[in-house]
Amino acid sequence: MSVELGHFALVLALCVALVQGSLPMVGAHRNNLAWMGLGEHAALAQFLLVAISFGCLMHAYVVSDFSVLSVATNSHSAKPMLYKVAGTWGNHEGSMLLWVLILVIFGAAVAAFGRNLPPGLRARALGVQAWIAAGFYLFILFTSNPFERLDPPAMDGQGLNPLLQDPGLAFHPPFLYLGYVGFSMAFSFAVAALIEGRVDAAWARWVRPWTLAAWTFLTCGIGLGSWWAYYELGWGGWWYWDPVENASLLPWLSGTALLHSAIVVEKRDALKGWTVFLAIVTFSLSLLGTFLVRSGVLTSVHAFAVDPERGVFILALLVIVIGGSFALFAWRGPQLPAGGLFKPISREGGLLLNNLLLSTAAASVLLGTLYPLLLEATTGQKVSVGPPFFNAVFLPLMAPLLIVMAIGPLLPWKRGDLAIVLRQLWLAALTAAIAMLLAWTLYDGRSVVGLFGFGLAAWVFFGTLTGLARRIGLFQGSPVNVLGRAAGLPRAHWGMTFAHAGLAVSIAGMTASSVWKDERIQVMRTGDQIAIGGYVMTFQGAVNAPGPNYDALQGRFSVARPGQPAFTVLEAERRFYPVENQSTTEAAIRSTLRGDLYAVIGESQIGGGYVTRLYFEPLVPWIWTGVGLMALGGVISLTDRRHRVGAPARRRMTTTAVAGAGAE
Amino acid sequence: MKPKHKRLVFVGTGLALLAFAAFLILSAMEDSVVFFHSPTEVVEGTANASRRIRLGGLVEMGSVEKGSGTQMRFRVTDLKATVPVSYTGVLPDLFREGQGVVVEGQLRDGVFVADQVLAKHDETYMPPEVADALKKSGQWQHMKESMQQAGQLPGSKTR
Repeated sequence: MSVELGHFALVLALCVALVQGSLPMVGAHRNNLAWMGLGEHAALAQFLLVAISFGCLMHAYVVSDFSVLSVATNSHSAKPMLYKVAGTWGNHEGSMLLWVLILVIFGAAVAAFGRNLPPGLRARALGVQAWIAAGFYLFILFTSNPFERLDPPAMDGQGLNPLLQDPGLAFHPPFLYLGYVGFSMAFSFAVAALIEGRVDAAWARWVRPWTLAAWTFLTCGIGLGSWWAYYELGWGGWWYWDPVENASLLPWLSGTALLHSAIVVEKRDALKGWTVFLAIVTFSLSLLGTFLVRSGVLTSVHAFAVDPERGVFILALLVIVIGGSFALFAWRGPQLPAGGLFKPISREGGLLLNNLLLSTAAASVLLGTLYPLLLEATTGQKVSVGPPFFNAVFLPLMAPLLIVMAIGPLLPWKRGDLAIVLRQLWLAALTAAIAMLLAWTLYDGRSVVGLFGFGLAAWVFFGTLTGLARRIGLFQGSPVNVLGRAAGLPRAHWGMTFAHAGLAVSIAGMTASSVWKDERIQVMRTGDQIAIGGYVMTFQGAVNAPGPNYDALQGRFSVARPGQPAFTVLEAERRFYPVENQSTTEAAIRSTLRGDLYAVIGESQIGGGYVTRLYFEPLVPWIWTGVGLMALGGVISLTDRRHRVGAPARRRMTTTAVAGAGAE
Repeated sequence: MKPKHKRLVFVGTGLALLAFAAFLILSAMEDSVVFFHSPTEVVEGTANASRRIRLGGLVEMGSVEKGSGTQMRFRVTDLKATVPVSYTGVLPDLFREGQGVVVEGQLRDGVFVADQVLAKHDETYMPPEVADALKKSGQWQHMKESMQQAGQLPGSKTR
């Protein structure tokens, strides 16, 4: 019964979305407040209906209702409860429902917290949201209905892919979608602003917190996905430039650019058209990402033929949303008045360069991701574009970005002096030189990437700290004064400091682990020893270790410093899931500040012993720490008084005497 | 600086960056794109032997031979032509005889020396490239039927 209720609620939500997409829009056009106000109630109603619908589906998964097709094909009664719940979105149909659920949560948030937005802007933004939602409802109801019944019901389910039965991946999709869908707010506001023909500082102040929230979620989502790939796939890598990974990186790149350009609109009333454009691009890339992954177009054009209905629907939706918004931009964009002026060497100039580099990087990743598709469609030749391409294109674009990243925040608005700022950065330059020297001497295997990676990480990290020290006047006055200044510093500035420093920490980790990773693959018998990364690992044999819904072979490795007693035992598993007839590798990882010890047990050999893979992964924990710092920066920045949703609109800043300090 | 000049600088920097990116992409594409070939194409010599390629097909039944240590040999087939493959390393969890596989490497003296074996999806998954290779060799229908009987391919409705 509840399954039909869920289906019905979804159909009702579609009807509400159609109303929300039309009446408030007309109301905004005619300046009819009552019609405009309808949008809020409709947004809340949609949220309620989709929440009911999602709850019903989750209920079907929790009680293992195998009369529902999607439950029967993706769940199993013997699965732990966490993965029954997570199984709700561990498949195509359920994940699309999660997508719209998050979309309407954002819509409801605008309705609930957006009371002091200009009514016209709010009505139009909610209207645009409703149209996006309507497209997705139609897609779900017609091509991927999660509530489809199975008659006769299955005796038991076919199970969930064991690779997905993991806490990291249970929470990866919701975070990713919160990020993807969060950018729909920036998109809706951008389209609404284009319809109104007005973009001003107040608009940017509205868009920034939503973009920031979406960016924070997406950062977490990408981090979780990468972490999962690292420990679950058992190959010791954390980024493969896989199309699915690229699909999540693309909106992150353009979203990061949007985050920065919105600052320029808010503070200086410049780059308005560009910011609106970025808002549209970012959400378009989110949509493209969702669909490329969901439709399976990416592995091959021919995957389209698997379910032509779905593929064609997807394509139509993409064309309407992306094409429509770009057409609107082409029509209304040039009418946006140009704003504040600035010299190339200025805070605005730095942010603009950031935008250009990030968009170029996004464009080249997009090209590399879609290239196989384009080539196969035009010539029929099948190719794959792998890490060599992305490394060769992406890394050289990131280097100038990182150089500017330390300089930009120290430049004043409007016009700055590069020489002065460079002199302020002497400490960063010195530490960068030391880091490069360390990279050269400390690790064997000299590498240019390693050299510059370390240098740039130190440059950004200490450059960011220099900026902070100057803002709070670290060496001026008594410590009490310094603390007072630190407490008075806007939260947004703290957020930036954390995010930039976090990126620097991550880059150090990424550089070290990709350049100086130590990998040993061999057959080991009980008692065999391998020296790796300054440790000695001893194989202590393998035992059987059954779990709730799998059997496992557990290999034990003791780890010691040479000549000392063992300080830990790594327990690596090879699990076999009988329901899905599939095995997975569970790597055993011991993290230290210097790096991860990583062990994987493979198949047993005919002559005795087991194939084992042992890795020493330098500085990998730094990557996750850095991602955490970036997300923390986003959260801190969100708590800034000026970002608070519904903060009273301030008069535009007219004084520019705040150059240097206090211009944030 | 006048707005017109500002826009000129903006556009100029943007174009320079795009040109730089295009240059990087073109120089990278030259050797980082890996072409996919079926066993028939490799045997007939239509595949360029001097380049890294991807070879896709089925792991021939009974062809896996373990050598010393982690070295091994197997054969990849599209049921029309067969290519011997040698590989040193650990196989992915889903590598099995009779199932689809994609290997990456280079052809040396008639043996495909692979440095990567990809079989990373679930057990009902057939890499689209492999499915295509089988379709080309005219063996797809036959294969699909036998796999469906063995419960290895999903029915038409489920994905």
